[in-house]
Amino acid sequence: MQLIPCPWCGPREEAEFHYGGQAHVAYPEDPSALSDEEWAQYVFFRENPSGPFAERWSHSAGCRRWFNAVRDTRTHDLIAVYRAGEPMPEVIS
Amino acid sequence: MNFRKPTGGAIDRNTVLRFTFNGQLLTGHPGDTLASALLANGVHEVGSSVKLGRPRGIVAAGSEDPTSLVQIETPYSEPMLLATTVELFDGLEARGLAGQGRLSPEPDPARYDAKHEHCDVLVVGAGPAGLVAALTAARSGARVVLVDEQNQAGGALLGVDEYLDDRPSAEWVADIVAELKTTPGVLVLERTTAFGMYQDGFVLALQKRTDHLGFAAPASVARQRVWRIRTKQTVLATGAHERPVVFANNDRPGIMLASSARTFLHRYGVLPGSRAVVFTTNDSAYCAAIDLAESGVDIPLIVDARPEAPARLATECAARGIEVRAGHVVTGTEGSSRVTDVHVAPLGDGHPDTVVCDTLLVSGGWNPVVSLFSQARGKLRYDSSLGAFVPGEELASVRVAGSATGELDLNACARQGRDAGAAAVVAAGFTPGGQVPLPVSDSRCTQRTGLVLWRVPGDEDASFVDLQRDATVTDVLRATGAGLRSLEHIKRYTTIGTAHDQGKTSGMIAAGIVAEALGVELADQRPTTFRPPYTSVSFAALAGRDRGELHDPVRVTAIHRWHVAHGALFENVAQWKRPWYYPRDGEDLHAAVLRECRATRESVGMMDGSTLGKIDVQGRDAGKFLDMLYTNMMSTLKVGRIRYGVMCGVDGMVIDDGTVIRVGEERFLVTTTTGNAAKILDWMEEWLQTEWPHLDVHCTSVTEHWATIPLVGPKSRDVLAAVAPSLDVSNEAFEFMTWHDTRVAGVPARVCRISFSGELAYEINVTAWHGLAVWEALMEAGSPYGITPYGTETMHVLRAEKGYPIIGQETDATVTPQDLGMSWAVSKKKPDFIGKRSFSRAENLRTDRKQLVGLLPVDPNVLLPEGSQIVETDRLPEPPVRMLGHVTSSYPSAALGRTFALALVRSGHERVGETLYVPVEDALVPVTVTESVLYDKEGARRDG
Ligand SMILES: [Zn+2]
Repeated sequence: MQLIPCPWCGPREEAEFHYGGQAHVAYPEDPSALSDEEWAQYVFFRENPSGPFAERWSHSAGCRRWFNAVRDTRTHDLIAVYRAGEPMPEVIS
Repeated sequence: MNFRKPTGGAIDRNTVLRFTFNGQLLTGHPGDTLASALLANGVHEVGSSVKLGRPRGIVAAGSEDPTSLVQIETPYSEPMLLATTVELFDGLEARGLAGQGRLSPEPDPARYDAKHEHCDVLVVGAGPAGLVAALTAARSGARVVLVDEQNQAGGALLGVDEYLDDRPSAEWVADIVAELKTTPGVLVLERTTAFGMYQDGFVLALQKRTDHLGFAAPASVARQRVWRIRTKQTVLATGAHERPVVFANNDRPGIMLASSARTFLHRYGVLPGSRAVVFTTNDSAYCAAIDLAESGVDIPLIVDARPEAPARLATECAARGIEVRAGHVVTGTEGSSRVTDVHVAPLGDGHPDTVVCDTLLVSGGWNPVVSLFSQARGKLRYDSSLGAFVPGEELASVRVAGSATGELDLNACARQGRDAGAAAVVAAGFTPGGQVPLPVSDSRCTQRTGLVLWRVPGDEDASFVDLQRDATVTDVLRATGAGLRSLEHIKRYTTIGTAHDQGKTSGMIAAGIVAEALGVELADQRPTTFRPPYTSVSFAALAGRDRGELHDPVRVTAIHRWHVAHGALFENVAQWKRPWYYPRDGEDLHAAVLRECRATRESVGMMDGSTLGKIDVQGRDAGKFLDMLYTNMMSTLKVGRIRYGVMCGVDGMVIDDGTVIRVGEERFLVTTTTGNAAKILDWMEEWLQTEWPHLDVHCTSVTEHWATIPLVGPKSRDVLAAVAPSLDVSNEAFEFMTWHDTRVAGVPARVCRISFSGELAYEINVTAWHGLAVWEALMEAGSPYGITPYGTETMHVLRAEKGYPIIGQETDATVTPQDLGMSWAVSKKKPDFIGKRSFSRAENLRTDRKQLVGLLPVDPNVLLPEGSQIVETDRLPEPPVRMLGHVTSSYPSAALGRTFALALVRSGHERVGETLYVPVEDALVPVTVTESVLYDKEGARRDG
C-alpha cells in the first residue's frame, strides 16, 4: 500500500484516496461551439502514457480536497504532487 | 516404532500430547510440529498427490515443504495446512489430504484481528543475520520490529548442534533476544510471517497467536493477527531453502531434504528412519549424515555428484563407517508407501547399483529466500555458482543479509546482518550504538561451492519437479516443446510453483530444467515474479474483524426502533436498513403491499423517508452552480418553493434526480436518491474544486440531521392539520411544490408539499432527535383514518403507477432524460449545463433509442419478472434474437386492479399501443405498450 503525499495533509495511505483520471482536461469554455468530434474528445478520450502522467486525485477519506499528481505509470512512483490550480511542475522530461 | 531419541531437541518430554492422524491415536510433546510428531511415530506417508494419487510424505521441516498437506478437524475444521507448520496440541485431529482439502460449512468461531505498527527498522527473520541486524538497530535507539515465522528465534541454528563462541548456539540466541525484549521501542514477534511487501515500506505479517494452544486457546484472544507494518528501513534476513535434485521416482515418502532431516533431529529429537542414503551436490548434507550417524541412524552411503568428495568430510565419514561415492548420482528409487531401495550410478553413464534403505536424504544446494525482496521490486540476478537467483541490486530502503544473499558461512552472515542493521539505522536517521560482536562457530561444514545439478536423466514421467502439482520433467519439456520460452508462461502451462508452497523448492529447478531444454543461460532468463502471500493466509485472517455485523456499517434511521417493534421487514439500500413492508397476520409481500397501497391511495399512509440524501448548498453562487449541475433551471426558484431536478454526467446520461428547495437567497437544500447521496456530494465537490473554484459555494451532507416522513393520501391534509394547528394546510395557502416552516407535534418542522405517488402528500422534516416522537404523533393523529405505515415496496408501486423512474432501476448509465420522457425537465433556456452538449450528439438523437414506457400484460394476472427481455414477435426466430429492451419494474397494482410494468424499449415512445412479447420461461407473454403514466394521468389527485 502506497503512501500518497496529499499537498494539504502530508503522506497518507493510498486507501484514503480516490483516483480522478487525467489532470488538466478543462471543461470546454463553450461546449456548444464544439463539433461532435471535439466534444467526444473531451468526454471520452484520455491519455494513457507509459511513464509520467499528470493525474487528479482526491483525498476522499481525509481532507476531501482534489489535487494533482505526476505519477510514473510504470512504477507508480509519485514524482510530484501539487494543489489544484497550480501549474504542473517541470518533471516530465 | 518409536523414532524419538531419548534426549535432545527443544521439546518437553515430561508432557505428553495426544493427537489423532487419520483416526489413529498417537502422541507427541510440546515443541513438536505435527510433522515431527508423525515422524517420531514412524509415519512418513501423509497424503496422496492431487492428480496421480501417489503417496506423499514430508520433504522439508518448514513452510517450504511441498507435500505434507493435512486438514485439521479441531478445534475448527481447516484445510490445506502443512504438517510441518502446525504446532502440536493436545486433542489435535488431523487427516492427510489427497491434494485438496474441504472448507468447513460452519463459520469460524475464532476471532481474528489486525494491528498497525510503525517502525524505523523492520527485520524479517530471526536467524543469525537477523538477530545481529535487529540488535544493531536496537542499540541505536531506533524503533525496531523483528518478525520471525518460528515459535522461537534462531533460524537455521534451530536445526543444528553448533556451538557459538564455545557455548550452545541457543544461549547466544537467548542473550540477543533477551536484550531485544528489554530494549524500549523494540517489538519481537514470534510465529509471525512477513507475507507481503509493498511500496513505501509497507509490510503485512501474519501472527499465529493461539493456533498452538488448540482447545486451550482463550476465546477472547484473536487467534491470528495481521500486522500492518509501515517501516522506514527493512532488513530481509529471510534465509535460504535447501532444494532437492530431480530424479526418477523422487516423490516417495521417506525422501527428504538433508537439512530438514537434520532439523528434525536437533530441534525435535526425531530420527527420519533407520537406514538413510544421502544424495548431495554440496558439503552441507555431510553434516546431516554425520549427525544422524552419531544419533544411531545407519548411513550406508553418501552419493556425491561432484567428481571429488571433500577430503576432510570424507575422512570423517570413513571414521564412522560411511561410504562416500563421488561422481555418482541417484537414478531412481523403489517402494510404494515408503522408499525401500535407491538406485545409484556414476554420473553420466554406468550400471546402477541398488542400496536398501528406508530414507533418502537429498541436497541439491540452497535457494536464497528472495520472495519479499522481489515483491519490493528488487531485481534478481542469477548466481551460477549457487545455481540460484540472488538479490541483484541495492534498494534504498530494503537491505538483505545472511543466507538470503547466497552467503552460507555463519560468521559472514552475521557480519552482513550487522552491516545491514547499521546501514538501516543510519538511513533512518540514527547513529549506530555499541557494536554487536560476531559469533564464531564450531561447525565442521565449510560451505564449499557445490555442483549445480537440476536433475538426473531417467524416467521423465516419474521425475517430479513440483511434487504438489504432480508436474514432471515431461510436463516441463512439453511446455518448451510447445514453444514456450518465458518462465512465466511455463509456470502457468505446467502449474509448477502455483501450489500452497509457491514453488519454494521447485521453482528454481524448473527454471534450470527449462534453461537446459532451451539451451539458454539462466542468467538471461527472467525469473518468475514473486507475489504475496509468501505463505498461505486464511481469508478469516485477512477479513479480521470486518465480518458479520462489522463487515460494513449498518445505518438506521431515528425511527428504526418503531419499525422493528411493528414487525417491518427490511431492505438494504446502500448501507441503510429501510422498512420494506409491514406484514400483518401472515401476509406475504404481495398481500401486504396491496393493502398498504390501497390504504394510502384511499385514505392515508406514511413512510420513513429519512434515508433520502440531503445536501445543504450555500453561497453567493449556489443558484448558478445548481444551474450547471441540473438539467433544469434552479437559480430562478423562489424562496419557499421546490423544484424537481435531474442531473446528468457530461455524457448526458442521468445520474441522479431529486427535489431542490430554496431555503434562502443563498441557500438550497438538495435531495438525492438514498444510494447516491455520497456520490452526488463528491460530484459537487469535484466540479467546485477542479473546475469552478471561483464560485462561492459550499456543500455539506445533512442526511442524518433530518428525519423525513412522507405523509401521503387524500386524508393526509386532515392528519397534518391535526398535528400542525398553526399551519394553514388549505390548497390555496399551501400550494403544491412549496414548503413551510412550522411546528408539527409541538416541534419545529419543515413541511414540503411534494408527491412521489401522485396523491396529495406532505413531506414532514424534523430534526432526527424528534423523528420518533413525530412519527408516533402522526400515527396517533392518523388513527381515525386508519393511517397505514408503508415500506419501500409500496413506495415503488405507487411511483411506478405514476411512471416516475427510480434512478438505478429504470436507468443504467445509458439513459438520457429524453429517454425517460422527461424533456420537460431539460431547460431550453440555459446556455449550458453538464450533459447539455451531449444531448445533440448523433447517438443521442436516434429515434430507436431505448425509451421508458409502460407495459400491460394482456393477461392482467401475469406478473413479468423484472429484467425480462422484450421481443417483437410472438414466436422466437432463430438466434440471434433481436431484443427490444427489458422490463425495469413490475408489480401487481391495487389501483389498476391488475399487473403492470415499466420497461426500456427501443423506439418505445412510438410503440404505444403495439403488442410486444416477453419471454417468460418457455412462454412468450403478450404485452401492450402504454405511456409510462398509468394512474391518474390528469393529475387530479394531487391536490386532494
Ligand atoms: Zn488531504
